[in-house]
Amino acid sequence: MSARTISEKILSAKAGREVHAGEIAICNVDQVLGTDASSPMAIDYFEKMGGERLFDPSRVLFAFDHYSPPGSGKTAAFHDRVREFARHYGAEVCDVGEGISFQLLAEHGGALPGSLVIGADSHTVTIGALNLFATGVGSSDIAAAMITGQVWMRVPQSIKVTLTGTRTAYLSPKDVALELVRTIGPEGANYSVLEFHGSAISAFTLEERMVISNLAVEMDAKAAIFPSDAATSEYLAGRKVGLDAPVRADMNARYVREITLDLSRLSPRVALPHQPDNVVPIEQAVGTPVQMVFLGTCTGGRVRDFHEALAALNRAGGRLAAGVQLVLTPASREVADAIRDDGTLEKFEALGAIVTEVGCGACCGTSGVVPADGMNVLSTANRNFKARMGNASASIYLASPAACGASAATGRITDPRAERAAR
Amino acid sequence: MIKLEGRARRFGDNVNTDYIITSTRKRETIDEQVLKQWLLETVDPAFAASVREGDIIVAGQNFGCGSAMEVAVTVILAAGIRAVIAQSFSRTFFRNAINNGLIPAQCDTSRIEEGDSLAVQLVGAELTVSDFNKELTLSGPPISGVILDILELGGLVPYMKAHRRLIPMKQ
Repeated sequence: MSARTISEKILSAKAGREVHAGEIAICNVDQVLGTDASSPMAIDYFEKMGGERLFDPSRVLFAFDHYSPPGSGKTAAFHDRVREFARHYGAEVCDVGEGISFQLLAEHGGALPGSLVIGADSHTVTIGALNLFATGVGSSDIAAAMITGQVWMRVPQSIKVTLTGTRTAYLSPKDVALELVRTIGPEGANYSVLEFHGSAISAFTLEERMVISNLAVEMDAKAAIFPSDAATSEYLAGRKVGLDAPVRADMNARYVREITLDLSRLSPRVALPHQPDNVVPIEQAVGTPVQMVFLGTCTGGRVRDFHEALAALNRAGGRLAAGVQLVLTPASREVADAIRDDGTLEKFEALGAIVTEVGCGACCGTSGVVPADGMNVLSTANRNFKARMGNASASIYLASPAACGASAATGRITDPRAERAAR
Repeated sequence: MIKLEGRARRFGDNVNTDYIITSTRKRETIDEQVLKQWLLETVDPAFAASVREGDIIVAGQNFGCGSAMEVAVTVILAAGIRAVIAQSFSRTFFRNAINNGLIPAQCDTSRIEEGDSLAVQLVGAELTVSDFNKELTLSGPPISGVILDILELGGLVPYMKAHRRLIPMKQ
């Protein structure tokens, strides 16, 4: 048996035979995820395919996150359709107000090391932080998987990303992720998986690793997988349902490319409009006026993100700059409850922040607050495509929660390391 | 065997699925017959009105990147387009194209221009693209295995109706 990557090991286990990069395999999936944006179409496909039952109802989860809450009768009807389907076939629905699909799978303890998860949401890759193969697919793949428990996969080659050095103060996982998007490019990881190695991984909590995995899809990666370690066990403790099977790469596994990122030398980053790979050191963007700051989504909508944003906002003066709209969208109810219980939410509200229902929020223009023409938005999210937030005349900049928090206080893009100097 | 002919409609690199159909339009409907009037509006507001049945989209690198939304494929099909030729495809778009019977033809598109008369041909696993204006014949990586089976049957729906499951290739 030749040396294998983590991806080759997981997909071999799921194909029931040894497979290597480049082969096409039929794999058994452990979990199927659908959102309110993708599931109505998946149900259409399911019916057209002649589906009569789910391969295993306990392994199918629908989450209402893109239209949370629904803004029209038509989107409300999408929800009803999925509720009815789930009730009929016995699948679980996480309704409006619960959170983002793969975030919920992780919180519910169903994102287990060694497993294969497919989700009809490109950011499903996020939970590869838990040492599993998680990938985004379309609605038709979900439909076929709901019937058969299977998916076709081209076994990907892997890119070895080694994180080294010492993490400096104010260095966010978002900065690491943006730097990787810049280095690898918008399609540099197409049909490949990012597999993370290196001593600096332990400097990031499990939730922080999710930020790095999340942006892998902006390099077109099929998955982004971290090793399993103490942080993984800690996250799973008290959540885990089922057995985990941590997977390590073999020493001599073959990689299509190897990249080393030294954190000691990395500084905060910003992605300029309208491409996530249009990344510069924050110094080059400092001073750009912002009229909306958005904290949330599957990238920057977790507990630590809100803590860091609030701390940075306080260091930079503790008030919202005149003319800045601050919008918060927690990734899940668990996150919202945690920041309510610890007083963070109240502090944001006292500043005049708009707190929306949990979910994808304004990130993809399907619900939440839409920026006005000509507005510059600084956001913790993952995509800054033109019109992404529902207005083609707005410009979206992406940065860390700390940079977003500091900028909300100054009204200009502000380096979180030097807020006072910038004022 | 699949053979298509049509005129080239030229786009650039990194055309993401939000540009193919913007999410704001999906607030009201995911019916591709309705959405097709806004096909690619963010990059070319005049495009949707000028599409003719049989047109072939020709693009640069990384076509269909971003969100995995499948309506990005079905809205292209609804506009009467049966093939997209690109320098490269984002993997989720490639999957969705195969699963809906839209041909994702990967080849060097650098010399193809707007309006060129094209043919796309899939014989067995071999894919060729001809540009009659440039007298070019281009080939791309083969499409094989279960992917070819799905594409030849017209997508995952007819495939599932025929087989009821996904059939691994013989090893």
